[in-house]
Amino acid sequence: MPEVPPDEEPALRVEGLDVTYGRALSALRSVTLTVPHGTVVALLGANGAGKTTLLRAVSGTLRLHRGTITAGRIRYGATDLDGRDPVAAVRAGVVQVPEGRRVFAGLTVDENLRTGGLGLGRRRPDQVAEARDRVFTLFPRLAERTRQTAGLLSGGEQQMLAIGRALMAAPRLLLLDEPSLGLAPQMVHRIAEVIREINAQGTAVLLVEQNAGMALSLADTAHVLEVGEVRLSGPADELARTDAVKRLYLGETTGTAESTVSRSEGQGAA
Amino acid sequence: MTTFLDNVFNGLALGAVYALVALGFVIIFKASGVMNFAHGSLLLLGGYLTAVLHDDLGFAAALAVAVLVTAAVAGAVDRFLLQAGGPDPHTAHVQTIVTIGVDILILTDLSRRIGGDLLSLGDPWGDSVSGLGPVTVADSRIAAIVVSTLVIAGVFALFRYTSWGLSLRASAEDVEAASLMGVRLVRVRTLAWCLAGALAALAAVFLAAFPAPGLERTTGQIALKAFPAAILGGMASPPGALAGSLLIGMTEALVAGYQSDLHVLGEGFGDVAPYAVMVLVLLVRPTGLFGGKAAVRV
Repeated sequence: MPEVPPDEEPALRVEGLDVTYGRALSALRSVTLTVPHGTVVALLGANGAGKTTLLRAVSGTLRLHRGTITAGRIRYGATDLDGRDPVAAVRAGVVQVPEGRRVFAGLTVDENLRTGGLGLGRRRPDQVAEARDRVFTLFPRLAERTRQTAGLLSGGEQQMLAIGRALMAAPRLLLLDEPSLGLAPQMVHRIAEVIREINAQGTAVLLVEQNAGMALSLADTAHVLEVGEVRLSGPADELARTDAVKRLYLGETTGTAESTVSRSEGQGAA
Repeated sequence: MTTFLDNVFNGLALGAVYALVALGFVIIFKASGVMNFAHGSLLLLGGYLTAVLHDDLGFAAALAVAVLVTAAVAGAVDRFLLQAGGPDPHTAHVQTIVTIGVDILILTDLSRRIGGDLLSLGDPWGDSVSGLGPVTVADSRIAAIVVSTLVIAGVFALFRYTSWGLSLRASAEDVEAASLMGVRLVRVRTLAWCLAGALAALAAVFLAAFPAPGLERTTGQIALKAFPAAILGGMASPPGALAGSLLIGMTEALVAGYQSDLHVLGEGFGDVAPYAVMVLVLLVRPTGLFGGKAAVRV
């Protein structure tokens, strides 16, 4: 097992990834993308485009959905992640906040945060305390509610808890699946600030969103998935100016296509 | 009055032993979504091992070996039979049916070995009795209450304070979210089976001890009485399993104690009573006493 030394700056590299569900349904076809160290990368696309599938492949939870990687590879730094179990991803520093928050409703806020460290095995108490302090600095509201049952939190608070839970594993790459889903506009704004803050502290972010406006405002680079293939890739601000993205994801009707964005059909690689 | 206290005490002792079994059911269900129909034969295995080993090893060592071996067998059933294809949350119902097959296998072999015998487990209490206020009770029943209480408190502490307990509760709520946090689903689950097996082996001692005549090949069927206890507690709730067990134990003891007054219900109503109570409770509370949404695993 090659472990990456901490001073290296690992990147997530997905190369030519094919994913199939139940041996028949092709969900991703030769998807290639990179999340460099310390950046925010947005992944846009409609329902069923394969965004969540990509995150499942990275985190190693495809198996729970009867999905398999049929081609390609996923590496984080020097660690191979394709075909590995979720523990491998967490240990490598890649932690996912799943769509729909998925906090453990019957557990307290404090216990939810404790689950975030389960993948790392035994840790020194001061490391755990440090991670917890970081979470409570980002989300002071959670600090006030440690004994409360997570199921009784508001939607926004649950999203904060879900992010906080993932941060307890001290990730170097955070995978966020639709963090703005079902939240009030003000809370969406707050979550965006938090993502910026987490990134400023040195954690890379792969942000899956249907809220393209928010995602593109945060991201350095962005990719657009359509029916399992990468259709567009490029710097986020340039993608935001392209016709296709404006029309399909930002709800605008006019604009001129003028950019260095690479378009790729069929092969998917940009 | 003395009869009443006698019956209540017996009910308490029975309930404490059922609780060991019912807690095992619940732990397994929580961890894997499987109803373990092999629980009775695991219990019988634990009792049988204690019975055949105690002459050579002494009671304590024999029980220790029996508990460890039963835990290992339960863990192996889960790891190598039920989870052979990986931790797939969609096949709990299939695995439940597999446990019926496992039950038949273990039970058939143990029945062959035990035959019509009544095996003594060599427990230190024998048939001694003590005066407890106005009632005279069997020492083995006092031991049953004390040991069960301690062990159950220990299990609850495991749930609450250890990583394993946290992993178990988290994965019972949401398998995928738990696995995203790096919970080792296979290991957490198998350990749950081991713990349930150990509890069953321990329960066997008290089920075979005085005033029961000893271990018979049918002793494992006692587990079937803990089954309604687990169900009426809510199936996924450990406190519910405790309450359910006490209710079932108490019902059985009272019905048996006042059998002459309940003659209209016929002989042996005590055996049926647990199920009658279960049906009555479920009529009023379909998800069990402590069961809520948590009883449903998706």
